[in-house]
Amino acid sequence: MPDTQVLVNDFLNKLKKRKIEGSQATARQTAELLRSVISQQRVPYTNQAGALIDAVKAVGEQLIAANPVELAVGNIVRRVLHIIREEDLSLTTAAIGGLNLSAVSDDENDDDRDGDSTLSAAAVAAAARSTLRPPSLQTLLEDTPVSAAVPQTSSSGGDSEGKTADKSSRSRKLKHDVIEAVNELIQDIVTCHEQIAEQAVEHIHQNEVILTLGSSRTVLEFLFAAKEKKRSFRVFVAEGAPRYQGHLLAKELVARGLQTTLITDSAVFAMISRVNMVIVGAHAVMANGGVIAPVGMNLVALAAQKHAVPFVVLAGSHKLCPLYPHNPEVLLNELRSPSELLDFGEFSDCMDFGSGSGSPLLHVVNPAFDYVPPKLVSLFITDTGGHNPSYMYRLIADYYSADDLVVQRRATAGN
Amino acid sequence: MGAQKKRAAAAAAAARVSEDPDDLARQPLQAILLADSFTTKFRPITLERPKVLLPLVNVPMINYTLAWLEAAGVAEVFVFCCAHSKQVIDYLENSEWFSQPNFTVKTIESHNIISAGDALRLIYEQNVIHGDFVLISGDTVSNMSLTQALQEHKERKKKDNNAVMTMIIKKSKPSPITRQSRLGTDELFMAIDPNTKQLLYYEDKADHSKGTICLDKMLLAENPSISLHNDKQDCYIDICSPEVLSLFTDNFDYQHLRRHFVKGLLLDDIMGYKIFTHEIHSSYAARIDNYRSYDIVSKDIIQRWTYPYVPDVKFCGNRATKLERRGMYRALEIEQSRSAQVGSFTVIGYGTKIGSNSKISDSVIGEGCTIGSNVLIEGSYIWDNVIIEDGCELRHVIVCDGVIMKAGAVLKPGVVLSFKVVIGERFVVPAYSKVSLLQQPTVHDSDEELEYADNSSGTVEFSSIQGTADQSNGEMTSESSEAHKPKLGTGGVGYIWSICEGGQEEEWRHSVAPIPEDKLTELSEAMDDDQELVTQDRTALSTSGELISDSNASEGDDNEDSKDDSVYFEKEVEATFLRAVEENVKVDHVILEVNSLRLSYNMTSADCAGAVFYSMMKLAIKTPHSSASELQQNTANIITTWQKLLKSYLLEIDEEIEIILKFEEMCLESAKEFSPLFARILHILYDKDILQEDAILRWADEKEGADESDKVFVRQSEKFIQWLREASEEED
Repeated sequence: MPDTQVLVNDFLNKLKKRKIEGSQATARQTAELLRSVISQQRVPYTNQAGALIDAVKAVGEQLIAANPVELAVGNIVRRVLHIIREEDLSLTTAAIGGLNLSAVSDDENDDDRDGDSTLSAAAVAAAARSTLRPPSLQTLLEDTPVSAAVPQTSSSGGDSEGKTADKSSRSRKLKHDVIEAVNELIQDIVTCHEQIAEQAVEHIHQNEVILTLGSSRTVLEFLFAAKEKKRSFRVFVAEGAPRYQGHLLAKELVARGLQTTLITDSAVFAMISRVNMVIVGAHAVMANGGVIAPVGMNLVALAAQKHAVPFVVLAGSHKLCPLYPHNPEVLLNELRSPSELLDFGEFSDCMDFGSGSGSPLLHVVNPAFDYVPPKLVSLFITDTGGHNPSYMYRLIADYYSADDLVVQRRATAGN
Repeated sequence: MGAQKKRAAAAAAAARVSEDPDDLARQPLQAILLADSFTTKFRPITLERPKVLLPLVNVPMINYTLAWLEAAGVAEVFVFCCAHSKQVIDYLENSEWFSQPNFTVKTIESHNIISAGDALRLIYEQNVIHGDFVLISGDTVSNMSLTQALQEHKERKKKDNNAVMTMIIKKSKPSPITRQSRLGTDELFMAIDPNTKQLLYYEDKADHSKGTICLDKMLLAENPSISLHNDKQDCYIDICSPEVLSLFTDNFDYQHLRRHFVKGLLLDDIMGYKIFTHEIHSSYAARIDNYRSYDIVSKDIIQRWTYPYVPDVKFCGNRATKLERRGMYRALEIEQSRSAQVGSFTVIGYGTKIGSNSKISDSVIGEGCTIGSNVLIEGSYIWDNVIIEDGCELRHVIVCDGVIMKAGAVLKPGVVLSFKVVIGERFVVPAYSKVSLLQQPTVHDSDEELEYADNSSGTVEFSSIQGTADQSNGEMTSESSEAHKPKLGTGGVGYIWSICEGGQEEEWRHSVAPIPEDKLTELSEAMDDDQELVTQDRTALSTSGELISDSNASEGDDNEDSKDDSVYFEKEVEATFLRAVEENVKVDHVILEVNSLRLSYNMTSADCAGAVFYSMMKLAIKTPHSSASELQQNTANIITTWQKLLKSYLLEIDEEIEIILKFEEMCLESAKEFSPLFARILHILYDKDILQEDAILRWADEKEGADESDKVFVRQSEKFIQWLREASEEED
């Protein structure tokens, strides 16, 4: 445990001091950290899943608080929690299936894993859920008798006591399965660029003009994949003031042999009529299909809408956030230093608080992100394929458990 | 895996320090953090808490410095604690700084250290610094990256072993009205070699009134080009080679880092040590030196110039704070009445309660404060657990922890309330006053030596300060303690500190309040007065800044300068002389004083003679007299008494002529009463051997060709001159 604590503190520090840039790196490191947390966590005989969930939540809460703007951290924490629940569910299904409901065979279990839950499996799942964790709002509303039975089972724990030997093997299996699944998740995060890029040829056609803003590794790979498939097209890159990451993107594109035109952000509206498709990266995708993206993106999206140009957002599944944006321009934004906009030395005479009323007349606001509302987005391309903004909630339901939306340990946790 | 990660991080840190194969460069970067400013500018607050622990936007200052050092890749920090060392060490021990990976904080404690120089000497003795180190004081806020500056420093060091220090500077434009409104510090002039970035000249006490600085001629002779800056700000972040510490040890009289050490190195051409500068552009760095810079830096932090060291980023265990629209930072669990108005650029700390109809703008409110209703808070800094009752008004003030303001109390701009002071109901605290539970120590002297001497007061108990003050001789007026005890209204607790002598002038400069209107107009008028000077400054210094040799100074301006100077010089001499007369100072001492004035104003002895004579005549005319003959008598007396003084400047005949010319000028302009007596006084001067006949004759000859109007006095003394001529002829 102390070992993980060091790792956690180290990562917390990095998050707090904004030393990790980019949601992919953050997501991968979060997943790796949580993996080691899980592997270090000692699991009790009863309620192993609960212990793991508690451990992950404890760390996750700190991580999310360290940098609330980096949504990828929270996403990964929730994904891992979901993985634990799923794995636990499938194990319980197997166990209960083996002991009580002999009619339910192993293939049912497999089916459950695949997501095509049959009627009987769903019933089993509901039963298993009730034995292993506190009831969610959903179960409370849907199925009162089952949830009413919960306190009995969990408090007495009668049925689990008799099978200690079975349990210990099960707990080892649970931990093992969870770590396996987290490894898969890490793999997914690492390869998300390739997965998305694979779909490039379906979207980019011959002689098209593509516009993008700022720099995104996903976009770069996407464009390059199309180029590799012998598509010839041109790219307009808006520079992405004030950090000018578009310059870097243009450099990389040119290095890979793509015909590139660099424009200022303010020229986007002038150029949009010549563009066939806007392809951009995102910082995060919210549950309603809205996008948190580098500043200036809303302008591009509005320009695209005006000229009926498709606005395509590329996002790895780690960027899907199960939260709904509330006041996103402020609360999900990071205001960076004004020195990116102007030189302090040159303007220091405007920052003169010593005279006049004591408050400066010049304010500099440098937000890092824009919020693009879902109605402006034509298509999301994730590693699982293309989706409509209105479909995001469904995708999110696949990845996250409704119980984890608020990552906070209950005060009474630890039953 | 943890070990692996750590190793990787360590390797990365090492790589960041330097890639060159130099063994020295393999050293992890060290830093010396002086947790004591060795000044008294933050009194009375610093009597109870060390300056580095004062909250800056609700986070103790030292955290900004440590967070920056950590981010800049420093591996080991030695925190030097002196005043209130226990508090600093306790704070650090309970903070997270002792448990950081790859970043060690060690404290060095000493109580009898009175200056930065002594501190560095002590650290040298401890032999803990092995390579290049960063020297910084615990009140510096920065977010710059050290990598480049460090790289430059190391490269220079490799080429030239004498390049011992790199000073970080930053451009900071002086505002058109006042040059010191931003940080409240004195104007700083630097001469920098534009090619090598070597610092050639450093002057932070340039005389505002004079508007001139003096550069050594050799500087211009030796360097092909020099750029002079008045728009640079010293960030007080230095990258030093280990030699710096030994230099301090060798020169045991170095106390102040800038005034002694930097200037000492610049003047000392025997050892040939060099100081270089590194200018930062986009990043931020500033030092909190006084209340005004406290105000300015706080506002810069709120405006996010110091990103990522801003309130909503948890860089050092500060409370979670959310940034809302218009720069409002709010921590959690704030109780705010619906009708309270919280304006832009305001920080509100955890658990603070704000009553109805209160208005708060441009302020920082600490944790756990209770603010009543109808309170007005503007541009103020309110620390933790302060209770402000209904109807109080606070404008541009600093209120420390635990203060209680009873209903209706008013704080005028610039007020500082130290810890746990209680202000009574409806009491109005006058502007710029400082209120503390402790009495004011009786030593007020802005003199630097004294500042050093009594800065250790932080550690010494309060009463003992007073003890030492009383012991020290009667020159210091020990004020009776009754003087400090104006009641702070009913139920008020605390002493209002009296403003030290001559301090009235200074108070507004260094206070948190903006500079008042009248001072601003005064300043701008002063600027208009020497408009030419200013424009000269602007064109020569701030714009292109590059002076090629000394060709740039235009003729007309030179005259302007010197005329200006001589007027000041004359005034100074007169003041000195009058004081000497009043206090019966010995002639020798007066000569000494006048000589030192002469040196500091760079005047010739002829100027001195003129000035001394002028002041003597002024004195004569001021002495009450009824008739011309009485005036003549007075003059004769004064001349007799002070002839020794005058004679010491009359080395050559030129000076004597200068006196006559001066006298003539006086008779024409300022002291017309003398004009009928011109010839007689000339005679007296001759009698007293002050003027030789040669001088008088030469003067007469010179005047021969002049206008009629100029010849008035030659005419008047024609007989005398005639007589002198004859006498000399006879001698021949």
